[in-house]
Amino acid sequence: MKKLLIALMTTTAALSLAATAEAADKLKACWVYTGPIGDFGYSYQHDQGRLEVEKALGDKVETAYLENVSEGPDADRAFERLAREGCKIIFGTSFGFMDPEVKVAKKFPKVMFEHATGYKTGDNLGIYNARFYEGRYVLGQIAAKESKAGVAGYIVSFPIPEVVMGINSFMLGAQSINPNFKAKIVWVNSWFDPGKEADAAKALFDQGADIIVQHTDSTAALQVAEERKLHGFGQSSDMIKFAPKAQLTSLTDEWGPYYISRVQAALDGTWKPDNVWLGIKDGAVKLAPYTNMPDDVKAMAEATEKKIAGGWNPFTGPVAKQDGTPWLKDGEVADDGTLLGMNFYVKGVDDKLPQ
Amino acid sequence: MDITVNILLTIATAATPLLIAAIGELVVERSGVLNLGVEGMMIMGAVGGFGASYLTGSPWIGLLAAIAMGAVFSLLFAVMTLSLATNQVATGLSLTLLGLGLSGMMGTRFVGQPGERLPNLDIPGLTSIPVIGRLLFGQDPIFYISIALTAAVMWFLFKTRTGLTLRSIGDSHTSAHALGIHVIRYRYLAVIFGGACAGLAGGHLSLVYTPQWVENMSAGRGWIALALVVFASWRPWRVLAGAYIFGAVWIGQLHAQAFGIPVPSQFLSSLPYLATVVVLVLISRNKRLTMMNTPASLGQPFVPDR
Amino acid sequence: MMRLELVKRPQRSALFSALSPFIAFALTIIAGAIMFALLGVNPLTAFRIYFIEPISQVWQLHELAIKAAPLILIAVGLSVCYKANIWNIGAEGQFILGGIVGSIIPVLFPQFEGPLVLPLMLLLGMVGGAAYAAIPALLKTRFGTNEILTSLMLVYVAQLFLDWLVRGPWRDPQGHGFPQTIQFNDSAVLPELMPDAGRANWGFVFALVAAVLVWILMSRMLKGFEVRVLGSSPRAGRFAGFGLNRMVFFAFLLSGALAGLAGISEVSGAIGQLQPVISPGYGFTAIIVAFLGRLNPLGIVAAGLVLALTYLGGEAVQSALGISDKVARVFQGMLLFFVLGCDTLIHYRIRLIGLALTKPQGTAKLEVAPKLKEAR
Repeated sequence: MKKLLIALMTTTAALSLAATAEAADKLKACWVYTGPIGDFGYSYQHDQGRLEVEKALGDKVETAYLENVSEGPDADRAFERLAREGCKIIFGTSFGFMDPEVKVAKKFPKVMFEHATGYKTGDNLGIYNARFYEGRYVLGQIAAKESKAGVAGYIVSFPIPEVVMGINSFMLGAQSINPNFKAKIVWVNSWFDPGKEADAAKALFDQGADIIVQHTDSTAALQVAEERKLHGFGQSSDMIKFAPKAQLTSLTDEWGPYYISRVQAALDGTWKPDNVWLGIKDGAVKLAPYTNMPDDVKAMAEATEKKIAGGWNPFTGPVAKQDGTPWLKDGEVADDGTLLGMNFYVKGVDDKLPQ
Repeated sequence: MDITVNILLTIATAATPLLIAAIGELVVERSGVLNLGVEGMMIMGAVGGFGASYLTGSPWIGLLAAIAMGAVFSLLFAVMTLSLATNQVATGLSLTLLGLGLSGMMGTRFVGQPGERLPNLDIPGLTSIPVIGRLLFGQDPIFYISIALTAAVMWFLFKTRTGLTLRSIGDSHTSAHALGIHVIRYRYLAVIFGGACAGLAGGHLSLVYTPQWVENMSAGRGWIALALVVFASWRPWRVLAGAYIFGAVWIGQLHAQAFGIPVPSQFLSSLPYLATVVVLVLISRNKRLTMMNTPASLGQPFVPDR
Repeated sequence: MMRLELVKRPQRSALFSALSPFIAFALTIIAGAIMFALLGVNPLTAFRIYFIEPISQVWQLHELAIKAAPLILIAVGLSVCYKANIWNIGAEGQFILGGIVGSIIPVLFPQFEGPLVLPLMLLLGMVGGAAYAAIPALLKTRFGTNEILTSLMLVYVAQLFLDWLVRGPWRDPQGHGFPQTIQFNDSAVLPELMPDAGRANWGFVFALVAAVLVWILMSRMLKGFEVRVLGSSPRAGRFAGFGLNRMVFFAFLLSGALAGLAGISEVSGAIGQLQPVISPGYGFTAIIVAFLGRLNPLGIVAAGLVLALTYLGGEAVQSALGISDKVARVFQGMLLFFVLGCDTLIHYRIRLIGLALTKPQGTAKLEVAPKLKEAR
C-alpha cells in the first residue's frame, strides 16, 4: 500500500513537473469569482473580461478560474491553490475576498494579486474598482426626463457603500432635472433572485413608479417593465435582448480592457500594485446604446456622459445630506475615501438606510 | 382598484409554483414517501422547460418538457428509495444537490438568452370585464392548471377508490401489503407524479415568472413547497390557501418597503418563515386533526417480504 | 421488463458492510470516466487531479482538515438525532447561532483578552447552538409540531439575523461601511495546529474528540442504548421507562451544541470575524455526511474526509482542466447516490426478476417489528 502510494505520488510529481515545464513560457492568469459564471450578471461580466484577455493576448497567456467560491475559508484555499498551481497574476473579484487575498498575497510574494472593490493593498496586492456611480447619475437624469409620475422604483441588494453611492448619485442626477423627483426603494437582500426581483418590480410599479432601476443582477425586473409597457435600466450586462422596448440603457461593467492592460504589464514585467478606480473615461463603466427615448433626452444623456468622461464628478457641491445638513459646499468635490465608505443618503431620498 | 387587482395578480404568480410543487409533494407524502428533492426536481424542470422552449421556439413544448424532465429526474429518487430502500432524507438531499449541478451544466448555453413567455389567457369580452376579468380570465395557463390540479388531487384522494388505496398505503404500508396492494407500484407512480409537478413548477419559473434561464433560479422555492405540505397538514385545499397566504406575505413585505415602512428588510424577509413556524405550531396544537391527516408511515422504507 | 426485488438478509452482511463503499467508489469511477470522456477530458488525468493531488501535498491535507472539521462535528451530533428517529435538519441555523453567540465577547468586548477568552467563546458558541436547537425541540414536545420543518425554517431566520447584525449593530465602524465585524483580537482566534505546515486549526481536533466521545456514548453507555431503543420503537422505549420528550431535548441540545461549536470554531479559527455568510451550507452537507457514515461517529469521520476531498478535488479539476464547478457537483451527487444505493446490499440481497404478473402474496399476519427496525 505504502509503495503504491509513493509510486502514485512520484508519478503525480513527475506529471505536474512536466506540466509546469510546458507552461513555463506562457503566463498564467487566474480569476476567482464569487458567483456562477452563468449568472449573466456580475461574475459573468468578469468572465467575459477573462475571455477578452485570452482573445487579445492569445498564445502568450493561459487562463484559469474558480467560480462559486464562497467568502471565508474556501476563498483562502482558492487563492492558495491558484498561487501554488503557477498562476502569476490572480484577480479576486468580490469584496469578501479581501482578507483572504491579503493573507495569501503575503505568503506568495512573487505572485501578483489584484482585488476588486476592496481597500487593503500590499507589496504585491493592487486594488481596482469601477465608478458605477458615474453611470447612475446619467440614469437619474434620464429617469427624471422619462418618468411621467416623477417616481422611480429602485431595487437594491444590500446596503453596502457601492449601492448607497449609486442611489445617491442617481438621485442627484434626477434632481438636477426635476427637484421633486422621488425614488421608492426596495431591498431584496440578494444579488440574485430573479423571482424576487420580478416581484419587487411589480410592487414598485403597482405603487406608482413608472421607471425601474436596479442594483441587482438579473434581467427579471426589466422583463416586468417590458410586460407592463414601462421603462427601466439594465445592470452589469446589456439586457436589451430581454427588454427591447423597455430598456432605456444599461449600466454595464467592461473589465476586459483593464484585465488586458494588467496582464500585459505582468508579461512585460512592469506590473506594480496600484489603486485604480476606473470610470466612464476608462471605458470600464459603459452605458449601453440609448434606446426607447426621444432624441433630446438621448442628447442630454450623451452630453452628461461626455461631461463625466471629461473629469466632472457627480458628487460636486452643493449637496446636502438626507436630514438637510450640508455635506458638500458649492463646487466642493467629494473625496474618494468618503465615497468608498458612504453610509448616508443625500437629500430627497425617501428611505431609511438600513443600519 | 387597479392596484388591488395588480397585487392579487402578483400574488397569484408568486403562489402558483409553490402550489403546484406542494400539491405534487402532497400526493407523494400521502403515499408515505418523503422526497426532499423538490428543489432539485424544480430546477431540472426549469432548465428542461426553458431549453425545449428555446430550441423549438414553442413555450408550449417547453411546458411539456418541464413536466417530463421533473418526472424522469424523480424516477432516480424512486429507484433509489423504493427499489433499493435507501434512506429517503439523504437520497432527497442528494437529489437536490445533483439537480442543482446537472441543471447548471445543461443550461450553460442558455444563459443570457431571452425566452418566450407563455401567453396569458385572453378571451374577448371576458378578459376586459373590470376587476374580475383579468383575475378570472386573464392569467397565465399554468395558473389555471394549478387550480385544476388542486381540485383534481382533492377529488382523487378523497373521492376515488385508488385515492383511498394510496392513502391507506401512506398510513400503513404493512397492512396495505397484507391486503395484496402493490405498495411499491403505487409509490412509484406517486413519486413520478410529484416529480412531474415539481418540474411543472420549475417550468412556471422559466416560462412565466421570469422567462429566462439562470443557475439556481429556483432560489429555495422547493423548500418552501415542502413546508407548505406540512403547513397544510396534508390537505389539498389548505395547500392552496397556504401558498396564497405565503405569496401574500412575500409580496406584502415588498410593498411595505416600497411604501416606506422603516423596518429592517431582513426582518421583513424572515416574516414568511416565521409565519410558517407559527402556523405549524397552531395547526399541530390540534392533535386530533394532525393525527388524522399525517401519513403514519411517512419516510419509512418499505420492502415487501415474501 | 425487469424488476428489482430485495430479499432481506437474516442479519447484516459483514462482507458487504466492508465492501459496499468500494463498490460504490468503483461505480462512481466508471460513471465519472464516462462523463469526463464525454466532456473531452482524459478520465485518468481527471481522476488523478480529483482524488490524488489533493492528498499528495501537505498544505492540501490541512485544507482537507479545515473543510472536514465542521462537517464531522455537525454530522456526529446529527447521527444521535437520526438514531433516535428525531429529524433535526436545521443544523445550518444552529451553526450560525453558535457563530453569533460565540462572537459576543470578541465583538462587544474586544479589550477583554487573555487565556480565558477562547474557552468562554467556545462555551458560548455551544450554548448558542443548543439554545437555537431547543426551539424546535420545545415546539415538538409541547405542541407536537413537526421538527423537520420548524428546524428548517429557523435556518432562514438565522441567516437573516446574522445578515442584519453584521450590516447593522455589529458592523466594524472602521470597515468603510462594509458588512463585517471587527477582526477578532489574537486571544480570540483559534490557534493553528502546525502553523508552518498549513492552516488547519483546533477545530479538527474538536471534531475527532467529539466523534470518539459520541461513539463511546452510543456504543458503551446506557444513554446510547436508550437512543437506539426509542429510535427504533418508541413503544418499547416507553415500557422501558425512557422518556420520549426528554430524548427529543437531549438529541436536539446535543446536536445543536456540536453545530454551535462547529460554528464558533469556523468563525474564530478559519475566518477571524463575522461576515454576512459564514457557512457554505455545512449544516445541510453534514446530513449527507451523517448518512454516508451510516450514523456511526467513526464512520462519519471517514465520510467527512471523503466529502471534503470531493470539494477540494472539484476545485482542482476546475482550475487545472477548466472543468466547470457544476461538473464537480454532479460528480459529488453521483458518488452519494452510489454509496447510498450500495449500502442496500448490507441488509438485502438483490434479485433481478422478470416482470412478475402475480400479485404479491400478502402475508396475512401483520408484522410490524421488522419494519420499525428498518426505520432506524
